Amino acid sequence: MKIPSAISAMLIGIALTLISLWYGQNHGLLPIAASNEAAQVDGLFNTMMTISTGLFLIVQGVLIVSIIRFRRSKGDNTDGPPIHGNVPLEILWTAIPAVIVVWISIYSFEVYNEMGGFDPMASQDPLVAEASANAPMRGSAIAATLSEPQPAAHSHHIALGVGASPQNVGRSADVNINVTGLQFAWIFNYAESGITSGELHIPAGKEVQLNISATDVLHALWLPELRLKQDAIPGRPTEIRFTATRLGEYPIRCAELCGAYHGAMNSRLFVQTPEEYQSWIQSQQEVASNPDFDKALAVNPASLSDGEFLTPYAKEMGINADALKQLHSTHHHQ
Amino acid sequence: MTQAQLQENANMPAHGTEPLFRNWRDYFTFNTDHKVIGIQYLVTAFVFYLIGGSLATAIRTELATPDPDLVTPDVYNSLFTLHGTIMIFLWIIPAGAGGFANFLLPLMIGARDMAFPRLNAVAFWIVPPAGLLLLASFFIGPAQAGWTSYPPLSLIANKGGEAIWIMSLLLLGTSSILGGLNFFVTLLKMRTPGMGLNQMPLFCWAMLATSALVILTTPVLAGALILLAFDLLAGTAFFNPTGGGDPIVYQHMFWFYSHPAVYIMILPFFGAISEIIPVHSRKPIFGYRAIAYSSLAISFLGMIVWAHHMFTSGTPAWLRMFFMITTMVIAVPTGIKIFSWLATMWGGKIRLTSAMLFAMGLISTFVVGGLTGVMVAAVPFDIHVHDTYFVVAHLHYVLFGGSVFGIYAAIYHWFPKMTGRMLNETWGIVHFVLTYIGFNVTFMPMHELGILGMPRRVAMYDPQFTTLNLICTLGSYVLAVSTIPFLVNAIWSWMYGPKAGNNPWGALTLEWMTTSPPAIENFEVLPVLATGPYDYGVGDRATEVNVAMSEADDPMLSAGPSSVLRADPDPAVAVHPDDRQGESQNRE
Repeated sequence: MKIPSAISAMLIGIALTLISLWYGQNHGLLPIAASNEAAQVDGLFNTMMTISTGLFLIVQGVLIVSIIRFRRSKGDNTDGPPIHGNVPLEILWTAIPAVIVVWISIYSFEVYNEMGGFDPMASQDPLVAEASANAPMRGSAIAATLSEPQPAAHSHHIALGVGASPQNVGRSADVNINVTGLQFAWIFNYAESGITSGELHIPAGKEVQLNISATDVLHALWLPELRLKQDAIPGRPTEIRFTATRLGEYPIRCAELCGAYHGAMNSRLFVQTPEEYQSWIQSQQEVASNPDFDKALAVNPASLSDGEFLTPYAKEMGINADALKQLHSTHHHQ
Repeated sequence: MTQAQLQENANMPAHGTEPLFRNWRDYFTFNTDHKVIGIQYLVTAFVFYLIGGSLATAIRTELATPDPDLVTPDVYNSLFTLHGTIMIFLWIIPAGAGGFANFLLPLMIGARDMAFPRLNAVAFWIVPPAGLLLLASFFIGPAQAGWTSYPPLSLIANKGGEAIWIMSLLLLGTSSILGGLNFFVTLLKMRTPGMGLNQMPLFCWAMLATSALVILTTPVLAGALILLAFDLLAGTAFFNPTGGGDPIVYQHMFWFYSHPAVYIMILPFFGAISEIIPVHSRKPIFGYRAIAYSSLAISFLGMIVWAHHMFTSGTPAWLRMFFMITTMVIAVPTGIKIFSWLATMWGGKIRLTSAMLFAMGLISTFVVGGLTGVMVAAVPFDIHVHDTYFVVAHLHYVLFGGSVFGIYAAIYHWFPKMTGRMLNETWGIVHFVLTYIGFNVTFMPMHELGILGMPRRVAMYDPQFTTLNLICTLGSYVLAVSTIPFLVNAIWSWMYGPKAGNNPWGALTLEWMTTSPPAIENFEVLPVLATGPYDYGVGDRATEVNVAMSEADDPMLSAGPSSVLRADPDPAVAVHPDDRQGESQNRE
C-alpha cells in the first residue's frame, strides 16, 4: 500500500518536530548555570537549538532525498520540468522565518531585561546618563543608586554593561567589587572590606556588582557559568551585576585578545555561603593587616629543606613511603 | 531540440571557430583582457590560500596540546593574525569579487570586455605586491593583534609588523574598490541589447549587490586604518585612551566595513551556485526574482548590522537591541535563497558532478553557519559566546562551508570554459568527500568548545578541552590533505585534460555560447538571447498530440495552439476546382 505523499510529509513533519523538541532540551552542551539569569539564557539557547535542529534536519533531509530520488537516470539527457516558482510557497518560506526571528528577538529582549540589561545606570548613552545624573532628582531609581553626587567633570562615562535586574533597579548591590584587568591577570579589589585578591569570592544569593576596568589594553571578564562577559576598557569603567545561586568553584577567563598570554589570563570564581564568604574576607584582612611580611606568606620557601619543599609535590604524584621502598628494593636487585 | 541547442544554434555566428589557448607567459604580464585578469586573480588567490592554510595547520598543530609547545605564544598570535588576514583579503575577496567576477561578467552579459580594462589590470596588479608585503612582515615580526587589530593592543604589539599590516590592507582595499567600480559600471551599462536587469543571470545580480557593498564600505576601513596608522606612527590619540582617545570608535569604524566584508565574501558564491544548480539539475532556478532581490536586501541590510560584533564592548542597551533586530532580519533573505535552491533541485534530473557536489555541500554547511549566526545575533546568548570558539566555528561554517565550497564548485563548473579542458571527475569526487568530512570534523566540535568556556585567540588552554581540540586538529589534517587531489587534478588537467568543447554542461547562459577558452573580445558578433538564462524543460518535452503530420520534438512541427498544422482546410481554396465550395472561411 502506497502512502499518499501528503500523509508521509505530515509524518515526517511530526517526527522532525518531536526530535527537535527533544534535542533542544536535552543536548547537554551547556556548562552548569550558576545563577537564575544564567538559567534564563540557557532557556533561550534551548529554544534556538530546537528551531535550529528542525531547520537543519529539513535542509539536510531535502538534500539527501534529492540525491537519491531526483538523480538523473542513466541515458536520460532531457530537461526537468520547467517550474520557475510558486508564489504561495515563497511567501510561506519568507513569512515563517520572519515570524521565527521576530519571536526570538522578543524572547531575547525579555531575557536581556531580566538580566538587567536595561538598568538605566548601566545601559544608556554616556551623554544621556550624564544629563539625567545632573538633572533634578526625579525618579527614585537614579537618586537612590548615587551614594554621593557624581561631579560631571569627573565621570565622563557611566559604566556600561549589564546592570541590576528589574526587581533590583534603584538599590545598590549587596557586594561591590572593583575588577582590574591587566596583562595578564585579574585583580579584585573588595571595596567594602578593603582587601585585594587574585580570586573572586562572592556570597551566594546576594547581589554582586563588578566594576570593571583595565590598565593597559582591552580585556574581557568572562564568567562562563554565569553566562556573563564584559569588556574591560582602559579609561572607561564598565560593569556587570548579578546574583549567583549555585555554590561552587568556577573558572574566570579573559575573552578579548590582550597579548601573548591571553590564554593564560585565568582566575577562579568562588560562590560561597555567606558564612564562608565572611570567614574568607576575615582571613584576607588578617593577612593584609599583618605588619610582619614573613607571616603574611603561608610558608617561606627559602627556609625549607629540599625534602620539606618537595613533600607536597611528591604527595600530589602519589609517591609515598611504600612506593619509595619498592623502588629502593628493585634498584638494589639490579 | 533542447533549450541548450536552441540557444547554441541562435548564437552560431557569435562564437568564432577557434578557441584561444593562450601562451602561459601572457598570464604574467599587464594584460587588459578580463579573462586573463580573472585567471591571474584566481591563481594568485589560490597560492595565498595554500599559505593561509599552512598557517591554519600550524595553528591546529599547536592547539593539539594545551601548552604552547610548538611556537612561543607571541609567534602563535602572529600565526592567527596572518591566517585571518590572508584568507579574507588575499584569498576569498580576490577570488570572488576579482577572479570569477572578472572572468564571467562580460561573458554573461554578452560584452566584449569590462568597462575599464586598464583599471581592471591595475586592480589586479596591486594584489601580488600587497600580499608579498604582508608576508615580508614575517622577517621583522608580523602583526599580532588579530585580523581585527583592536587598539590599544595593536598600538603596542610588534609595531613594525602592524605598520606593514596596515599598509598591505590599504593597498588591498584600494584594489577591491577599483574592481567594484568596474563591475558596477559594466553591469549597468554594457549588457547586450535585449538583456534587461531581469534577464541577467543571477551571478550578475549577486555581483551588483557585492560591488555596491565594496564601493560604499571599503573606504571606511581605509579611514579606520589610516587613523590607526597615525596613532601607531605619529603619536596621535584617536583610539589611544592614554591620550583621551576611544578604542570603541575604532571598533565601530572597523566593523562598518568588516561586516559587509563577509557579505562581499559570500554573495558572489551565492550567485555562482544559483548558476550551477539549475545547470546540473536541468531545471530552472526556483524564484528568480526572489533570489535577485534578496541579494540586494542582504547587501543593504549588511550595512546596518555591524555592531553585533560589539555586544560586550562598552555599548548602550538600545544599540545592542537595534543591531540584534537587524541581524535577525538578515536571516530572512538568506533563508529565501536556501529554500529556493532546494526547490530548484527538487524534481530535477540531478547530475552528481563535482561542481554539483560542492554546491550541495555549500548548502549543507552554510545552513549550519546561518543557524549559529541567528544564535549569536541573540544578545544574551552572544554575551556568553562572544570571542570564544563558538564564533570561530560559526565563521568557518559560513566562510569555508560557504565561500570556499562555493569557490571549488565554481572552479569545477567553469574550468572547462576558462581552460578549454575538463577536470577529472573521479578525483573531484575524492576531493569533495575529503573536504566535506575533514571540514566537519575540524569545525563542529568548536561549537562545544566555545560554549564550555574556551576563548578564542589563545595559545594555551585549560586541559579539560584537550580531547575536543585533538579531534579538531585531526580533522584539520584531513582538510589539509584534501587539497592535494584538487591541486594535482587542476594542474594536470590544465595541461593534458580532455578538450571541453563550447558547452560541456549544456547550459543556457551566454558564456557557454562561445568557444572554450573564449577568443579575444569574446564574441565575433553580439550574442542574442534565444532563451532566458534558466529556461530548461521548455520545448523538449515530447508531448504527442493528435494532429496530422506533427512531430513532438521539432518546434516547427510540434503543433502548438497556433500551429498551421491545426488549421482546418478551407473548402473554398481546395486544389481541384471541383472540390471548391462556398466562400472562403479564412478571409475577413
